[in-house]
Amino acid sequence: MAEAKTKEVLFNPVLKNNPIALQILGICSALAVTTKMETAFTMAVAVIFVTAVSSFLVSLIRSEIPGSIRIIVQMTIIASMVILVDQILQAFLPDISRQLSVFVGLIITNCIVMGRAEGFAMKNTPKLSFLDGVGNGLGYGLILVVVALFREVFGSGKLFGVEILANVKNGGWYQPNGLMLLAPSAFFLIGLIIWAIRTAYPEQVEEEG
Amino acid sequence: MPRETPTRTVMVATILCVVCSFVVSAAAVSLRGMQEANKRALMQREILKAAGIYDDSDDAPAVSKQFEVVETKLIDLDTGLEVDESTVDPDTYDPLKAASDPEMSENIPAEEDVAGIGRREKYQFVYFVRNESGDGFSKIVLPIYGKGLWSTMYGYLALENDLKTVAGITFYKHGETPGLGGEIDNPAWKQSWVGKQAREKEDGELVPAINVVKGGVNESSPEAEHQIDALSGATITSNGVENTIEYWLGDDGYKLFLNKRLSAETEAL
Repeated sequence: MAEAKTKEVLFNPVLKNNPIALQILGICSALAVTTKMETAFTMAVAVIFVTAVSSFLVSLIRSEIPGSIRIIVQMTIIASMVILVDQILQAFLPDISRQLSVFVGLIITNCIVMGRAEGFAMKNTPKLSFLDGVGNGLGYGLILVVVALFREVFGSGKLFGVEILANVKNGGWYQPNGLMLLAPSAFFLIGLIIWAIRTAYPEQVEEEG
Repeated sequence: MPRETPTRTVMVATILCVVCSFVVSAAAVSLRGMQEANKRALMQREILKAAGIYDDSDDAPAVSKQFEVVETKLIDLDTGLEVDESTVDPDTYDPLKAASDPEMSENIPAEEDVAGIGRREKYQFVYFVRNESGDGFSKIVLPIYGKGLWSTMYGYLALENDLKTVAGITFYKHGETPGLGGEIDNPAWKQSWVGKQAREKEDGELVPAINVVKGGVNESSPEAEHQIDALSGATITSNGVENTIEYWLGDDGYKLFLNKRLSAETEAL
């Protein structure tokens, strides 16, 4: 029983209860950092780390947190984790950190992190909260990476910065689709992904009316 | 002790803040050295790239090693002369910070502010690339920045030692639209600058002469040596680049310094 629960907590958010596709959270950064696989991937790892560790820490001290300031306490923990990630990226991956620019800092405002801290970590054990954080980060990261895959391949003919469709600018045949590099294309792609997921899991479809 | 008393709330908040600030400052302090080294390496790499001498092969020496051929000088943009170390310490001086410091910068009158940067620092670094025999300079790299469509674009312009032929250009920081204005990063486009005449003689003085044109450069035209093909779909970014060059090679920018240097060289001959 306990094991089944663990698995559910970890993998449910990936497809069945995806934070972006079902809960429609964290859309803004999903638009901003998905023009390239490299940035999307780093962002996904950063968010997984932040959600997992902050959920773990919040859950660890959940019985000590006074109800009146619980949101601020969660925010402080999340913000500290985000700064930590930002500092580490700046030190070890300076190029990617430059491309992600403010969006690492903006993980603080990513509703997924806050939502998991308040909605799950406040009521569950540290271990489960940690897994829940990893799971939700994975769900977020999955959408990010899928969107970035389409945007990078069709928008610039590259994958992880390596040219796979020969660009006309460099004498090849592929005319990149500029729209893919602009934010609206991420909306279209996320819409299509939501459609695909809801076709696979019809119970996610909201009732009309 | 009950969970919801004001004293306890304050206590929890205080402990949490102390712990968190300790974690954050520990990270910031312990990683600062690496971050600064990264920043320095980035600048050095961009300067070498602008000069067209950056070696990015796998067995290339470290950037700082490659940068040894470059001599850094701090100049006063108003006089065009080198700045004494006692006036400003070049080790700690940051031109971009200075640009927002009223003491260290000057307001640019609106009609002269073609680059759209508002204020300009008094002192700026210029980078001399030593030639192979080591007795003179083959290129000079000038930091430039100006407004594009969305953002201020930061980069370097390298000139040959005739101080008018473009040896290279690079932009290391900008927020232009990827795929459109963001193509100022495109190596093919940057390559199209090499060999162009960034300055021409007018009334006995060298003045900025770069023109970014739409629809391709007609190589047979006499103007072609000053013309750069604009980026398609990025008119405002392209104009921004042209204006940036015009500003930094103009009266308010490096013109005085470059022309003084040229006349000094002519005299020495």
